[in-house]
Amino acid sequence: MNTSNTVPHELPPPDDLVDQPNYLNVAYGLKSWLLTRDHKRIAILYMISVTVFFALGSLFALLIRLELLTPEGDLMQPDTYNRVFTMHGVVMVFFFLIPSIPATLGNFLVPLMIGAKDLAFPKLNLASWYVYNLGGVFTLWAIFSGGVDTGWTFYTPFSTNYSNSYVVATALGVFINGFSSIFTGLNFIVTIHRMRAPGMTWFRLPLFIWSHYATSLIIVLGTPVIAITILMVAAERLFGLGIFDPRLGGDPILFQHLFWFYSHPAVYIMILPAMGVISELVAAFARKRIFGYKFVAFASIAIAVLGFLVWGHHMFVAGQSLYAATIFSVLSMLVAVPSAVKVFNWTATLYEASISYETPMLYALGFIGLFTLGGLTGTMIATLGIDVHVHDTYFIVAHFHYIMVGGAIMGYLGGLHYWWPKISGRLYPGFLSRLSALLVFVGFNLTFFPQFILGYLGMPRRYWSYPPEYQVLNVLSTAGASILGIGYILPLFYFAWSLKYGTRAGENPWGAVGLEWDTTSPPPTENFPVIPVVTREPYDYTSEEVHRRTTQQEVPVVYQVD
Amino acid sequence: MSTRSIEPAAVALAPGTGGGHDHPSLQHHFDNLEQQKEASTLGMWLFLVTEIMFFGGLFTTYVVYRSSWPREFMAASSTLDWKLGAFNTAVLILSSLTMALAIWAAQVNRRKQVVFYLIATMILGLVFLGVKAVEYADKFEHHHVPGPNFVWSEDAHGEGGHAAAAPTPEQAAFAHHVEIFFSLYFIMTGLHAVHMICGIGVLAFLLVPSWKGRYNSAYHNPLECTGLYWHFVDIVWIFLFPLLYLLGAHAT
Repeated sequence: MNTSNTVPHELPPPDDLVDQPNYLNVAYGLKSWLLTRDHKRIAILYMISVTVFFALGSLFALLIRLELLTPEGDLMQPDTYNRVFTMHGVVMVFFFLIPSIPATLGNFLVPLMIGAKDLAFPKLNLASWYVYNLGGVFTLWAIFSGGVDTGWTFYTPFSTNYSNSYVVATALGVFINGFSSIFTGLNFIVTIHRMRAPGMTWFRLPLFIWSHYATSLIIVLGTPVIAITILMVAAERLFGLGIFDPRLGGDPILFQHLFWFYSHPAVYIMILPAMGVISELVAAFARKRIFGYKFVAFASIAIAVLGFLVWGHHMFVAGQSLYAATIFSVLSMLVAVPSAVKVFNWTATLYEASISYETPMLYALGFIGLFTLGGLTGTMIATLGIDVHVHDTYFIVAHFHYIMVGGAIMGYLGGLHYWWPKISGRLYPGFLSRLSALLVFVGFNLTFFPQFILGYLGMPRRYWSYPPEYQVLNVLSTAGASILGIGYILPLFYFAWSLKYGTRAGENPWGAVGLEWDTTSPPPTENFPVIPVVTREPYDYTSEEVHRRTTQQEVPVVYQVD
Repeated sequence: MSTRSIEPAAVALAPGTGGGHDHPSLQHHFDNLEQQKEASTLGMWLFLVTEIMFFGGLFTTYVVYRSSWPREFMAASSTLDWKLGAFNTAVLILSSLTMALAIWAAQVNRRKQVVFYLIATMILGLVFLGVKAVEYADKFEHHHVPGPNFVWSEDAHGEGGHAAAAPTPEQAAFAHHVEIFFSLYFIMTGLHAVHMICGIGVLAFLLVPSWKGRYNSAYHNPLECTGLYWHFVDIVWIFLFPLLYLLGAHAT
């Protein structure tokens, strides 16, 4: 070993640390943010935009839950209700879930984790944020003009021939937003291929990177298909072209095929990055090497590939041939295999580990439980017979919220709590954050578990009123949603608070391994003083060297001398 | 202890091992020109993958309807002027040649020729768009544009105006399917034309740096990436031409 580096490095008490030059204090003023090419600043910009859209989507969710508090449709007209749940879906899917983890945490961490100075195309990265907001403007325009009532799926011929709402504006918003996803995905793939630090081989990549690689593949292959599909819908409305128009002999089911060819893989765009976050959290707080690293890595790729072969399970009752439906059913169940590999491997990592129940770990444990429930019900509804029974009921709603909210959002919040000290350089209050994690978990289950039962009893989706016997479960669900809401609002406050009053985090508050913890918090604009050279496997929590590093007794990495 | 060995692949990326360390065109976050070139080329290919998927959705739609109504598609196709289509195909292939020559000229440091070939490529692109405009005008004249004014009469191929007796249900259905062909025709050729216009815009953007001699044997990456894009747009047309224009050859 390099003995000159082993002199204990005395750290001053954290509060006395002065801020090193970092990406936050390097320049102030609006221009330095709006014209930045630093992936870390762009991540912050995305974080703000995504939070705004999350709040908007949540507002629509609130309206839905309020309407469903009573069996009568007393809060709004059925037509208004259609618009509200559509806007909830459009905003949450396209403007929150899809960009949430990749565009914020991914943007911030991908270059840091692989030891690069930035993403491969910094200008494209900034452009993607602007494009995202441009798409958002179109969608907001649609919302404030009166909304759209087709459901987030834009099914033809309703969307093309009959809907009297702002379909074109929304469709253009989604179309434009697709470009921002593509820019991000393309940037990640090139960065991961070409920008890795010396010694950062493919099997030394953190699993967060593997899952973002798989996500990017889906984005690049899938998003263009929905772009052209939605463009055809817009052209049909705007210019009277007739691609899906049944009056001309067009096939509305063809639209469903094209739509779900993207939109089913899009589910994996939302969940895979969250899985990457969970792999990091589990290893860091179990202080163990992740069990079956290669299996977890390849499971991400397997999910990405299989995800493209299962879209037909959204169309079991749309007049598909029985043979097609059977094949789609079998393929859909196959997705459970790599998903289960991940869950089992996380569990195996936890086995006999010394687990510390920090806030991020609470989210991670919540994710594993909720994702398992969401995944298992997914296998249920991949079964043809059961799907015919529960199709278009609240069972489906509960299932995908277990994946989207219980999975993707838990992952996002967990990741945010884990990397916040790196992002902001500050620690947040432990008790409040644990409380909010608990509220989110309890509130979530109270909201969505009753919906499984409701759906199985036969309550259909997308209705603004229901028979009185369903009321108890609906009241439970609304009550849960209000708890969930408080759980989501709390972090907004204590994260903002921590920016000014939080204790300085130091470079590695969790004692975690990974290149991102080897640089200062917040990191400098160039990420690393010199490009690091990687000599270890990821999640190497057992070796003596790592032990010394993570207990902060030594200057961490061995830097390559330029 | 770990042996701190560095993989050969990693060495290539390490600073100080590649050429062009302080080249003016090297962006700050790349170690050397070679890494920058590899990154942008890979990025361009990935972008082309998204384009393939984008047009792929259209081709899928085409295949579905073409196999449903082969007769209608042939009849509609026979109204297109295959000679104009063939002429445009030749124009585009020629423009791909001039594009490739522009890159070659940069590689051998012939600055003026780079500019010449770029302008030639742009002119050929504009010729293509001009011919396309003539064809579109013809569609409007014959009421072959889908929508409320669409007219299809099997004898006169939609000469319009002289609406005879009410069409039989079979004739009406036939006309509707023809309308779907023309919907696809306009979306496919229209999006292709949009890609052409973008390509011409990018070429125009490259003219000034080319004139200043920024692209040479050491650095000509933007030209190469634009070339990849241009060839891709060309290839899309090479698929569109037979699918849309030559189908009608079987009709008579």
